[in-house]
Amino acid sequence: MSDSKQLTAVQRADLRTVAAMIVPESLEYKVPGADDAVIQADMLATLGRDTALVAQALDHLAQLAGKPLAELDEAGRDAVALEFRKRGGAAAATLVRVVLQCYYRDDRVLRSLGLELRAPFPKGHVLPDGDWSLLDPVRARGGTLRGASR
Amino acid sequence: MKNDPVDVLIIGAGASGAAIAWSLADTKMHILCLDQGGWMNPAEYPSTGRDWEAKFYGEWSSSPNVRKRPEDYPINDDNSPIKVVNFNAVGGSTVMYTAHWPRLHPSDFKVKTLDGVADDWPIDYDALTPFFEENDRMMGVSGLSGDPLSPLSHPPMPQQPLGLSGPLIGKAMNELGWHWWPSDTTVATTDYEGRARCINLGHCTPACAQGAKASTDITYWPHAIRAGVELKTHCRVREILTNEQGMASGVVYYDKDGVEQFQPAEVVIIACNGVGTPRLLLNSVSGRFPNGLANSSGLVGKNLMFHPYAQVYGYVKEPTDSNRAPPTCLWSKEFYDTDLSRGFVRGYGIQFGRGAGPVFEAVASEQKGILPWGKDHHRVFRKLNGHRLAMSAICEDLPEEHNRVTLDPVLKDSHGIPAPKIDYTISANSRKMMDHGLARGREILEAAGATDICINDPIPWGGWHLLGTARMGTDPARSVVNEWGRSHDVKNLFIVDGSIFVTSGGVNPTSTIQALALYIADQMKQRLANLFD
Ligand SMILES: Cc1cc2nc3c(=O)[nH]c(=O)nc-3n(C[C@H](O)[C@H](O)[C@H](O)COP(=O)(O)OP(=O)(O)OC[C@H]3O[C@@H](n4cnc5c(N)ncnc54)[C@H](O)[C@@H]3O)c2cc1C
Ligand code: SF4
Repeated sequence: MSDSKQLTAVQRADLRTVAAMIVPESLEYKVPGADDAVIQADMLATLGRDTALVAQALDHLAQLAGKPLAELDEAGRDAVALEFRKRGGAAAATLVRVVLQCYYRDDRVLRSLGLELRAPFPKGHVLPDGDWSLLDPVRARGGTLRGASR
Repeated sequence: MKNDPVDVLIIGAGASGAAIAWSLADTKMHILCLDQGGWMNPAEYPSTGRDWEAKFYGEWSSSPNVRKRPEDYPINDDNSPIKVVNFNAVGGSTVMYTAHWPRLHPSDFKVKTLDGVADDWPIDYDALTPFFEENDRMMGVSGLSGDPLSPLSHPPMPQQPLGLSGPLIGKAMNELGWHWWPSDTTVATTDYEGRARCINLGHCTPACAQGAKASTDITYWPHAIRAGVELKTHCRVREILTNEQGMASGVVYYDKDGVEQFQPAEVVIIACNGVGTPRLLLNSVSGRFPNGLANSSGLVGKNLMFHPYAQVYGYVKEPTDSNRAPPTCLWSKEFYDTDLSRGFVRGYGIQFGRGAGPVFEAVASEQKGILPWGKDHHRVFRKLNGHRLAMSAICEDLPEEHNRVTLDPVLKDSHGIPAPKIDYTISANSRKMMDHGLARGREILEAAGATDICINDPIPWGGWHLLGTARMGTDPARSVVNEWGRSHDVKNLFIVDGSIFVTSGGVNPTSTIQALALYIADQMKQRLANLFD
């Protein structure tokens, strides 16, 4: 399977369904699910070198479900999810990671987590210096260096 | 194609290659360094983009097998629970490293004398002291002098702030009555020799866009090049050739266009790290050296030591620094020295971690089974994210010949050069040490109030310290290089990277690797008139 392989329409539909199974929309936290159109578009646009493994994971899911995932009832989907995560190996792990890495960089999600909507560079962050008197007990205990000549 | 001969040819522009190139430059010899990688552009480092965390799983992975940059070579590490991680560029693996900067302790140089295991080094800590100091100035180290349980250092910059995570760890360690101290790190806490100070991007691994972390492309190399050293990039060395006298005559390499070249040299210095160096020596076979170059002892590639990392982490109620600080800030040497009542010989250093970013947290926690799918995902994620504290026991691996680097019979790099194969198992002694570290780690995290405690036993992609595969010694039957880094078999061939370690100690090795490279340079300079005797 080549990296440039595109997902089929069926695979894309299952990706949407499984993404919502992993991270559903939440009214309580005011965040979209990972099946949100913008997040899905991000996933498809940046699949890149993960395409082959994600396609493999989606095929595995389809095989377990026997039909489009969306058509299974909740209990059926839970059973498929359990089996998929248990036996899906590197492909399943890649699919889950792709979902999470796109979800947790979405503006709405970061805002809800109280995180800034930016790359770390160039602004960086500021750290409190902290209370260095915490080291006093360590200084007081002292110690020797084994095998030192002086 | 044949090039004009050089006096000194260095293979590898990483931690040790850069240090020795700079040190030898004052001899005014013609020095050339070849590296298979190129110059990195910090403007393209992951922390400059919104997808900074995702990159670590792909083109910025620490594993060459995942990363697959054209500069990388594949490594078959299927037969090892610990996978090799590295970086191939000007700066070598220091482009990627986490900048934690302890030194080996004096006791690490005499483990046979003190504990009756492995071998003593042919040199002692005192021989390296001036070079540790010189290297700390060149790399630019921050820290707090006066740690009662660590060798005395004089970092030119103040230590990193404790931040939010540091006090939580410090208080827990104080409650247990155990040693801790701010780590020496090669993170600049003030502007230093043209380097801007750290602004807490939190992404030292994989690379620092600010230039605050000391990778050798921004520390040693600019000085070495100004002093006249020549550095050729995208040149992958295939083998070292020898002449009728059994001396190294030069190297065969592929240049940036893939053209095979011969580079003659009077002296050859290998600095390709604990995997790249044995690979190169084993690939350099000839009628005179049928088992690989410099291998009359049969020890090239053997005694690979990794430092298995036994990691424990958990989640506290208070916010931690997560990705808003350099990942490491504190160490502990409480369990560094041998105490046989613990059931193992030797010991481990502890490296504390400040936390992780949101994507890393989500991916790792889902994999561990503590972050569920479905409705409860959001509540649990908010409990975990930004609340992680971590510790790792850096366990001293002892040398064992069955832990080794050989050549893979099938796997090759993009130039068709046989790739290295790793065979490694965690020894019974290291296993007991790891169990001890995991138990103590749990106590530390519980004292800090952490719950949902998880372990990585070992950290699987934790093969970052590559040591012992061309060990130093005075006995040619039991070592590959002598006490000043020269091959016993080939008198104009030197090795200066982590492969010459005799034992591994319980700390990150790069400060010691570079001090050794500077020491070997100094020994060479003192012997220039009779270097090959
Ligand atoms: C993710 C990560 C985190 C780390 N964290 C720390 C830390 O916190 N503290 C610490 O002390 N250490 C750390 N390390 C380890 C540290 O990076 C290494 O110990 C150090 O860089 C080794 O120095 P070296 O000179 O032996 O080899 P390297 O720095 O690896 O350099 C070897 C160079 O040789 C070149 N090379 C290899 N083979 C060939 C060939 N055939 N032809 C041409 N060129 C070749 C490579 O391209 C490379 O540039 C970390 C490493 C990694 C990967
Ligand atoms: S935390 Fe500091 S040293 Fe690390 S990447 Fe950011 S600026 Fe660089």
